[in-house]
Amino acid sequence: MIGLLVGVPLLGAAVLLCGGRRLDRTGHWLGTLLAAVSFAIGAALFASMLGEDAESRAMHSKLFSWVPVEGFQADVAFQLDQLSMTFVLLITGVGTLIHLYSVGYMEHDPGRRRFFGYLNLFLAAMLLLVLADNYLLLYVGWEGVGLASYLLIGFWQHKPTAATAAKKAFIVNRVGDAGLAIAIFLMFTTFGTFAFAPVLSSAGDASEGQLTAIGLMLLLAACGKSAQVPLQSWLGDAMEGPTPVSALIHAATMVTAGVYLITRSGAIFNGAPDAQLVVVVVGAVTLLFGAIVGCAKDDIKKALAGSTMSQIGYMILAAGLGPIGYAFAIMHLVTHGFFKAGLFLGAGSVMHGMNDEVDMRRYGGLRKYMPVTFVTFGLGYLAIIGFPGLSGFFSKDQIIEAAFAKGGTEGWILGAVTLLGAAITAYYMTRVMLMTFFGEERWRQAPTPSPAEPDVEPAAETRGEHAEPHPHESPKVMTIPMIVLAFGSVFAGGIFKAGDSFVNWLEPVTAFEHGHSPVSATTVTAATVVSLVIGVGAAWFQYGRKPVPVVAPRGNLLTRAARRDLLQDDFNHVVLVSGGTHLTRSLVYVDHKVVDGAVNGTAATFGGLSGRLRRLQNGFARSYAVSMFGGAAVLIAATLLMRAV
Amino acid sequence: MTGVTGMTQVASAGGTSDAVPSLWTIAAAGDKLQAPSIEYGKLSPVLIVLGAAAVGVLIDAFAPRKARYSAQLFVALAGLAAAFAAVIGLAASGAGTTKAQIAGMGALAVDGPTLFLQGTLLLVGIVGVFTFAERRLEPAGRGGRVDSFAAQPAAVPGGEGEQQAVKAGWTTTEVFPLLLFAVGGMLLFPAANDLLTLFIALEVFSLPLYLLCALARRRRLLSQEAAVKYFLLGAFSSAFLLFGTALLYGYAGTVNYSAIARVISGADAVSDPVLADTTGNDALLLIGGALVVMGLLFKVGAVPFHMWTPDVYQGAPTPVTGFMAAATKVAAFGALLRLLYVVLPGLRWDWRPVMWGVAILTMLGGAIVAITQTDIKRLLAYSSIAHAGFLLAGVIATSEDGISSVLFYLAAYSFVTLGAFAVVTLVRDAGGEATHLSKWAGLGRRSPLLAAVFAVFLLAFAGIPLTSGFAGKFAVFKAAAEGGAGALVVVGVIASAIAAFFYLRVIVLMFFSEPQADGPSVAVPSVMTTSAIALGVVVTVVLGVAPQYFLDLAGQAGVFVR
Repeated sequence: MIGLLVGVPLLGAAVLLCGGRRLDRTGHWLGTLLAAVSFAIGAALFASMLGEDAESRAMHSKLFSWVPVEGFQADVAFQLDQLSMTFVLLITGVGTLIHLYSVGYMEHDPGRRRFFGYLNLFLAAMLLLVLADNYLLLYVGWEGVGLASYLLIGFWQHKPTAATAAKKAFIVNRVGDAGLAIAIFLMFTTFGTFAFAPVLSSAGDASEGQLTAIGLMLLLAACGKSAQVPLQSWLGDAMEGPTPVSALIHAATMVTAGVYLITRSGAIFNGAPDAQLVVVVVGAVTLLFGAIVGCAKDDIKKALAGSTMSQIGYMILAAGLGPIGYAFAIMHLVTHGFFKAGLFLGAGSVMHGMNDEVDMRRYGGLRKYMPVTFVTFGLGYLAIIGFPGLSGFFSKDQIIEAAFAKGGTEGWILGAVTLLGAAITAYYMTRVMLMTFFGEERWRQAPTPSPAEPDVEPAAETRGEHAEPHPHESPKVMTIPMIVLAFGSVFAGGIFKAGDSFVNWLEPVTAFEHGHSPVSATTVTAATVVSLVIGVGAAWFQYGRKPVPVVAPRGNLLTRAARRDLLQDDFNHVVLVSGGTHLTRSLVYVDHKVVDGAVNGTAATFGGLSGRLRRLQNGFARSYAVSMFGGAAVLIAATLLMRAV
Repeated sequence: MTGVTGMTQVASAGGTSDAVPSLWTIAAAGDKLQAPSIEYGKLSPVLIVLGAAAVGVLIDAFAPRKARYSAQLFVALAGLAAAFAAVIGLAASGAGTTKAQIAGMGALAVDGPTLFLQGTLLLVGIVGVFTFAERRLEPAGRGGRVDSFAAQPAAVPGGEGEQQAVKAGWTTTEVFPLLLFAVGGMLLFPAANDLLTLFIALEVFSLPLYLLCALARRRRLLSQEAAVKYFLLGAFSSAFLLFGTALLYGYAGTVNYSAIARVISGADAVSDPVLADTTGNDALLLIGGALVVMGLLFKVGAVPFHMWTPDVYQGAPTPVTGFMAAATKVAAFGALLRLLYVVLPGLRWDWRPVMWGVAILTMLGGAIVAITQTDIKRLLAYSSIAHAGFLLAGVIATSEDGISSVLFYLAAYSFVTLGAFAVVTLVRDAGGEATHLSKWAGLGRRSPLLAAVFAVFLLAFAGIPLTSGFAGKFAVFKAAAEGGAGALVVVGVIASAIAAFFYLRVIVLMFFSEPQADGPSVAVPSVMTTSAIALGVVVTVVLGVAPQYFLDLAGQAGVFVR
């Protein structure tokens, strides 16, 4: 039954990718159906799980023995507990909605069947990742997610930017994957196994140094998949993929994998405070990093991408807090899954109606033309900024509270960072909202060729097209998923919060401690709301009160840096690329001179030797006989000598 | 041979006599002379092959020229097949394991190694007959199709007599009985259980080979030169063997293997007063043993007794080269194993270091000199020298695994060799076989199938996994390492690496070079050569992919009867 969860979308991927053109007309519905079937199985398992006691809800099913070697046992086995269940429902649920949306979004794309095949593969890989009962199988899913994301980001591979973005995502992810691989190696040497149950239950036996090493390597892995500093650079470029892919990567799959990994490995991090501290720092830095980048982007999808980075930063930070934060990390992950999927689908809907224009400076006043998108996007917006009563409010508020509860100076710093992050979130999301749906209808202005602005992101290819867009609402197949997600954005947080139901649900897996915050919960909530108001207000002052210029102003130094993703690519280029180039050049030099020299030298030596020995073979029987005779004499002498000594 | 064993028995029995025993004294002591008892069943493989050879001689003497070829072919194949069936029957009846025994009045040992090697030799002989009988490669003369052997060997090369014989389309059908005699001697060689039988078997198989080497249809001078060299050096080495035999007799008072071994171990004392001055003299034992071993090392082509190999391999008709390279190695290694394991195990600590040196020199020497060869037949000759070194590493293991690994290696190697030389016969230009390596450039583009087959053989020579060469080399090296010859294995692996270079160079040449404009063409062979090559490929791949059954078979055959 658990295997079917993975198997159904995997089957879909196989059928769609191998099926050929005859599936072109029905393939997308098949893919959507199989995603829905997987969701139905997940829901059924969830229902049966609810019938059990909290402690006995975990299910386990071994499919087959994968690597049965003495001392190295790896099984293909699944573990479905409350944590996995949460992810399963999120992945399949949101995933199915995105499938449905894609039916409309990709309607005119010639590669639609392939696209759905990849989507199904993505689901299968992600499900494998969260259902594996050991780190090795998790690694398979982890790599599968990396592969599927590569295929999907580069789906429009005819665009060089998309191909480059796909490669970038893949390569940056490899760095993280190496971390996971090393973590698994370390686990095996430390614990002799890599199955969750024995590793996590005996984590206390290992020394703190070992746990710290494993924890840091797991964090590296999480940074790669979840786009955390310093491996964040791929996320922005990943927007080159079709918008549903962005929604899938950002909401339901991929970026959540890192949070899952850290939460799942909680027992390891609990025993390694230093590693936890690094996790928290990474989360806090990314939170601000993503938020600042989000403020400066004019590309609606990139603004949302910065937002994702920032929100995942919140989750990582919460996960780094230990048992006081795990549950809230996951809770924010789920609510974020709803509203970020809604926001991305909304952005896709806007682009759909605007000839694939992505520059928000060429939007404006769209609320009249696409009311459903406006309302659903608006609800997602309210949720993400943490408007009281909506999903994001509950989950983010809990994280801020837990950050304060970390205690000491750290607690204050983290609390301040999270509050600041909330304010910036409010600012940039309001900016997106205002620039897109309010204000003048800037798309009516004839597109003037923009002066060469090296700092400005090149927007969509369609910029050069002079056809004026005719904004319109998207078809039902696209709006219905948005509406469903909007419901989630509004209510999920409240339901989770009511009676601490979500925390209680996860507690058997992640453990939970009530944090003792130095400031009262009411104060935190008030501070959150205040920062929210400040952020919204600032955005309104800048973008609501006065018209938005179609051509981006030059901006101050920070803005320009933020437009360049805070110089992440420049940093990578200078430090990593040129460093790597120099390293490889010197290695090539060594290879040429030393390795090849040795090889060629050896070959030349033997060749010369061969040429010389060959001359002994002169063709005269008499000299052959002499050599035989001499050889015989030597051998006899040697034999006698052996006896003598 | 029986006379000599009888002589020693008499001598030891009638110890009172002061006179040197001779045939006359034996005849005088008539009542003590036992009639020799011959186990015809156990010796049937040898008897069948030698019988078929005799029939072949009669055919050539009396049958009309037209009928000779098919009659010879039939007799040769039938004889070899019947002998092979006899070997199988003997093995099935347990003659190789539980019922292993010394037969023919102590002259021959019929045991596991004997039967395994005889079986291998007979199969090699059958495949050899296939390549000998190939008649589609040379342009047909007036008298019908001809094979690779001289039209009239007695005619002067390039002379008028030769031209007439060629025009008349004569062929040398004597090659079939010659091959059968050679096979018969080879069957005896590893079975020989006393030094004189060993010597006689050596001569029985060597003399036909000398003749066969001289019988090439093309490049007859080269062929005759090769034959003369082979004969001269072979005679020289036979002298070594014979002299060693004499010295060993002087030491032990007997030429029987197990009797010598008993004297060496001190279990038996020599009571013959005639030999009182020499018996127990270790110098005789050591020098004699070394000389006998050297006689065998010449046959296997070990350094420094290898120098005939390239010249003879190159000059001999290619079918003969293939047969000789495969079969001589099998027979000689069989004899060498028996000698070292049955006669001289007591001297293990004396001969092992020396053999170490020989093995290292052979492996490295063969591999290194092969690098600069430009003729495919010479290249394969040096390759065979290197392989003799690898086999010696297995011999030095001095364990049961050593025996069985060498047996397996021999079986694997001989089919690769036969197949490789059979391929060489097919690549031809106007002057006959195009053996210069430069002519092989780009062969893979013209004849991809043939080049691929040859590549398989080369990979097997190089010992690449999934070929029989790998399984054999692995078995030999494993036995050697377990037998305490780890350093030898290291040298062996290095030599293999060097050897891989020139094998792969040929593959690169065939597949990645531009074909020459006046390159050779690939002849379309008859079913004979085709089946020889196909059998080679099948054996190579089967022994490479699933070697276990055959390793087990060789393992069961790994015990010498004493």
